[in-house]
Amino acid sequence: MDLFDKLTILADSAKYDVACTSSGSDRRGARGRLGNTVGCGICHTFAADGRCVSLLKVLLSNACVYQCAYCVNRAGNDVPRATFTPRELCELTMQFYRRNYIEGLFLSSAVLRDPDYTCERMIETLRLLREEYGFHGYVHAKAIPGADPALTLRLGQLADRMSVNIELPSEQSLTRLAPQKTKASILRPMGLIRDRAEEARQELALYRHAPRFAPAGQSTQMIVGATGETDYKILTLTAALYRKFRLRRVFYSAYVPVADSPLLPAPAGFKPPLLREHRLYQADWLLRFYGFSAEELLDEAHPNFNPVLDPKCNWAVNHMELFPVEVNTAPREMLLRVPGIGVKSADRILIARRTGKLDFAALKKIGVVLKRAQYFLLCNGKMAEGLRISSDGVLRALVSERCQEMLPEAQPEQLSLFPERVTREDVLQCLTGQM
Amino acid sequence: MPDRSDVMYLYDGSLEGLLCCVFESFRRRELPFCVQSADAPQLSLCPVRAIETDLSHAARVRRGLRRTASDGAWELFELGYYTCHPQRELLALDFVHLAMRHGPAVLSMLADDTVAALTKATRQLCHEAHQYQGFVRFSDSGGVLTAVIEPKNFVLPLLAPHFCDRYQNDTFAIYDKTHGMLLAYARGQHAILPVEGFDAPAADEEELRWRALWKSFYNAIAIDERYNPTCRRSLMQKRYWRHLTELDPQVPTRRASIEERLRAGERVAVPDRLRGYSPEQLRQALAGDPLRALYEPKGEKDEPQ
Repeated sequence: MDLFDKLTILADSAKYDVACTSSGSDRRGARGRLGNTVGCGICHTFAADGRCVSLLKVLLSNACVYQCAYCVNRAGNDVPRATFTPRELCELTMQFYRRNYIEGLFLSSAVLRDPDYTCERMIETLRLLREEYGFHGYVHAKAIPGADPALTLRLGQLADRMSVNIELPSEQSLTRLAPQKTKASILRPMGLIRDRAEEARQELALYRHAPRFAPAGQSTQMIVGATGETDYKILTLTAALYRKFRLRRVFYSAYVPVADSPLLPAPAGFKPPLLREHRLYQADWLLRFYGFSAEELLDEAHPNFNPVLDPKCNWAVNHMELFPVEVNTAPREMLLRVPGIGVKSADRILIARRTGKLDFAALKKIGVVLKRAQYFLLCNGKMAEGLRISSDGVLRALVSERCQEMLPEAQPEQLSLFPERVTREDVLQCLTGQM
Repeated sequence: MPDRSDVMYLYDGSLEGLLCCVFESFRRRELPFCVQSADAPQLSLCPVRAIETDLSHAARVRRGLRRTASDGAWELFELGYYTCHPQRELLALDFVHLAMRHGPAVLSMLADDTVAALTKATRQLCHEAHQYQGFVRFSDSGGVLTAVIEPKNFVLPLLAPHFCDRYQNDTFAIYDKTHGMLLAYARGQHAILPVEGFDAPAADEEELRWRALWKSFYNAIAIDERYNPTCRRSLMQKRYWRHLTELDPQVPTRRASIEERLRAGERVAVPDRLRGYSPEQLRQALAGDPLRALYEPKGEKDEPQ
């Protein structure tokens, strides 16, 4: 088997892993070594599915002894198997990196023989890459659940980011679909990495040359749609993971039917829940950057996201008592909650209003998406000029471009000089709350 | 700010030259109608003032801008000069007038037309430079790395620190085809030089093999069931594709791309437009009229008692 076959087979096996980010670690280049890392991460290309390709994402081996029902590499599945030798993988990484194809290596592996042996192979590869080949770029390493803690810690010294996949959003699903994995065996390495990273940070504050441990932190991912958990359950789990394990990222992966098991949705006719995954990511951003809590976005009565409206917009229209907000006086936290204003435009508003009052034209220049934001804003006590609110218009303004095509066709309407069902006064009163 | 006159400034196209235009504009208390590089095609009938480049004048403007309006304002001016905005020189010049009048506060005047246009143009410049940090593709010929790019903005000055740090033990050259400039680096030294033309050295067998490996990996990493060409195009516009190894039809590959397989009539499990929801679920989501709160007066909303 030549390198071409190995590379395509092991990329095929790794592609269902979501994380391909190269962010969180900022390291300057060094003499005699190749590469550096950039804090914000760099995307080197985008695959045909629109996902960023930043790292050489491969498995060291896909010859797995486990039987996880949702996984393409499970022992019983009939797929070609391959294993890289450490040197082959190092050579690939170095040559790709030199040509600026990639930002670094994403190294994961199926469980060969047992977790300890697998982990040792990964360590050997990374050691070779770092020490002998002098690679100074980004490395993302997967911790193998069930491996000896000492091995996991060694892996963290060689990598920039570590991750342990939580795989499925609940313990019941895990027992059902991944019989060899338990919640405890997944959370143990996660806690281990968190504690060691914390120690390393403290040592670094005392000694400048203290060894770094996974400076880009850790992340995790879970499969959405293979089992019956609600969005609410997934989002509260996410919030807990951020809080308890100080994760940098939680990734979601819409289940793609790669396996034929009575426990899973049937492959024929099953559509990967891509839009649901997108809504989860939107909510994830709201948790991390917009000051929302999981309970604000969803609750027991509404456990799933609205397919046509994004979570922020959905929250806003259900809390109209808080709107409209006055752009010139609203605090940052409130600006961030306006649909159409993001973190950057909120910060720009804060800067710009130091030197003068803002009106709608100014907001447009600043980069606010007025099409959405106009329903929720006042500038100097005034609403947007000529704002007409009708059910169809609002729907088309607030529903994202991509969801437009899901909406029913707009009915052509006769222009009318007479008031419509909803008058401007009604709307004004509605938006200013003078009822 | 003085009134706009009908005079046009011609300068030599360099950053110092532009600074001298600023100097001249302040000295004569006039705002030019436009500022143009001498080598650009001229289509104007208005009076022309050719501006001599005097390094001491340039240094004075630079010092004055930094002292009166902060280093940030100077940085914005310099970045503005690198952008591809059709009136970048005039914007930068107007910006200096604003900066000298308002001081450091000029950087927060984001609602001002000049400042807004200039920050928008520099934002695009920085974004393009950031994208090129990923989209530059080097070829190795005899140990020297070479790459060709075709950016809209003049990104080489922004790319230089990144690549010089990353490949500090290598020798490399990046050719900017749009602007006819070359970034060259060897042994800790780099320079950005104008060049007449640039012929990429022919690739040897080893180089071709790595290209083919990369393209095979690229095609393998995409998931059929998530195929989303619109998303790819918006994150990586087609103008970049010309110089990307993985999208070069000349490069052989062991694995056909999704498009090639679709074209060959193969059944590929690409997603449909509902992206995982059933029509029934969507109808339900719309039936409740999720946005009613926006256009119906409060109080009429039927709340569960």
